[in-house]
Amino acid sequence: MSDIEVRHLSKSFELKGETVDALKDINLSIKPGDIYGIIGMSGAGKSTLVRCLNFLERPTEGEVLVGGKDLSTLTEKELRKQRQEIAMIFQHFNLLMQKNVIDNICFPLLLRGEKKADARKRAMELLKLVDLEEKANAYPSQLSGGQKQRVAIARALASNPKILLCDEATSALDPQTTASILALLKDINEKFGITIVIITHQMAVIREICKHVAILNHGVLVEEGEVEEIFNHPKSEAARELILGDISENQWNGETRQKERVLEDKCLRIVFTENSAFEPVIANMILKFGVPVNILKADTKNVGGIAKGEMILGLPEGHELQEQIKAYMVEKGLEIEEVTQYV
Amino acid sequence: MFSQEVMEMLIKGIGETLYMTLGATIFGYVLGLPMGIIMVTTSKDGIRPNAGVYKVLDVIVNIGRSIPFLILLILLMPLTKAIVGKSYGSTATIVPLVISAAPFIARMVESSLNEVDSGVIEAAKSMGASTMQIITKVMLVEARTSLIVGVTITLGTVLGYSAMAGTIGGGGLGDIAIRYGYYRYQADIMIVTVVLLVVLVQLFQTIGMKLSVRLDKRK
Repeated sequence: MSDIEVRHLSKSFELKGETVDALKDINLSIKPGDIYGIIGMSGAGKSTLVRCLNFLERPTEGEVLVGGKDLSTLTEKELRKQRQEIAMIFQHFNLLMQKNVIDNICFPLLLRGEKKADARKRAMELLKLVDLEEKANAYPSQLSGGQKQRVAIARALASNPKILLCDEATSALDPQTTASILALLKDINEKFGITIVIITHQMAVIREICKHVAILNHGVLVEEGEVEEIFNHPKSEAARELILGDISENQWNGETRQKERVLEDKCLRIVFTENSAFEPVIANMILKFGVPVNILKADTKNVGGIAKGEMILGLPEGHELQEQIKAYMVEKGLEIEEVTQYV
Repeated sequence: MFSQEVMEMLIKGIGETLYMTLGATIFGYVLGLPMGIIMVTTSKDGIRPNAGVYKVLDVIVNIGRSIPFLILLILLMPLTKAIVGKSYGSTATIVPLVISAAPFIARMVESSLNEVDSGVIEAAKSMGASTMQIITKVMLVEARTSLIVGVTITLGTVLGYSAMAGTIGGGGLGDIAIRYGYYRYQADIMIVTVVLLVVLVQLFQTIGMKLSVRLDKRK
């Protein structure tokens, strides 16, 4: 059974008399204990989608089922109760600025009428979990971004949720802090079995912790599946753009001349799996065909805990030769893909 | 410098002015605070949008704020008489002061509450907070420094209005300034009352600002 089931969900807004379709016929199914990423460029509708999962936004059409319950059938009161099981963290943390750390974490507990002493006890446990015990009496303005997000995570966990929605939770943080927050989320997922839904525009975040991913483009879900599968064989243009965009963003600094070359030449993107990393395929290929290939990029990445090799080759000219090279690589068990717009 | 009699009169004047100012501000908030809260809640981007309710309150506030205080003072005499029993003196002056201050307070509360980060309200919603909880536990708490600044401004304004009410027998320092300073050409008494009014405003301002800074945990 799925934890979250989205069926034919559409959402449109009225904006200055015009109807804007933010989401179009989205179907999703998220399993309990999963870490599920939803990625897309800004304006793709991901923030709207995640708000439909706890009905902060009501879908125009379609259903959202959480733990088998159709959210649209709930009364206002039932919905508020349901939301205690669906915690959420945000890009800008959204802590109460006039309350100190411990009171912020107590807040959801006091909202549902728990005793102050009990709430404080639980809050201290959570502070320990997020490693911020010494900041219990500090105010949010005295904390760094990463610390604020840790407080927000502790606050989200206070009500023992089954699901944690993360709306661009690491987008306002630097890479090191992002890594530590993601590690914390992973830890929480493993320790408590909480289903985590991550909204992001950063492929690196998806690669780091997600098991499944959905790619959203202009309000349409264009691709969905296991992170590894989509990373190795992106089918949609949007997925390819996100994966390659991420590579160039992270690793490709300068070298415009080479970059231009890439645009002109025929390039191949090769993915090595565990099996193919042993044989010196490229060296053998060069020996066999007697022509040089240009290695434009080579990299190993951690995809869902498995080391993945990736390489981009600029092929020598000549259509026939290129076809032969491709056939050779396929024969050697490599996963290849032609890349024309490697930017 | 002044006779015993004048001194006693001035002290009584200060007492009446404080009585009117504080009384009118308190009752002004009893009316204006809920109005401001309802306006923020029912506005287009509020947590319970309701165009009808918002429009009605908006118009009431605008009408209230556009009637000059002196005219209101006279217009409201029958109401004042019905509530207080007489239409002159400091207690009677509180009625028009409240009616005049409430819309002003409502606007100021509205603007303070609108400053609250919508993200924090969204976070509270995502935790399952009810509308009432969002108002009392999020908006009023997060906006508290701004609300206190509003109280400070209101006190100063109401103090000024109370002095104006003095011109038609409202009591307080304004009353003394008009009767002695203006009608009897006793400039020294007038100057003293004005200085006293300035000192009072200064006092409210200082206390209000100190309090709001102390309660602000954002920096």
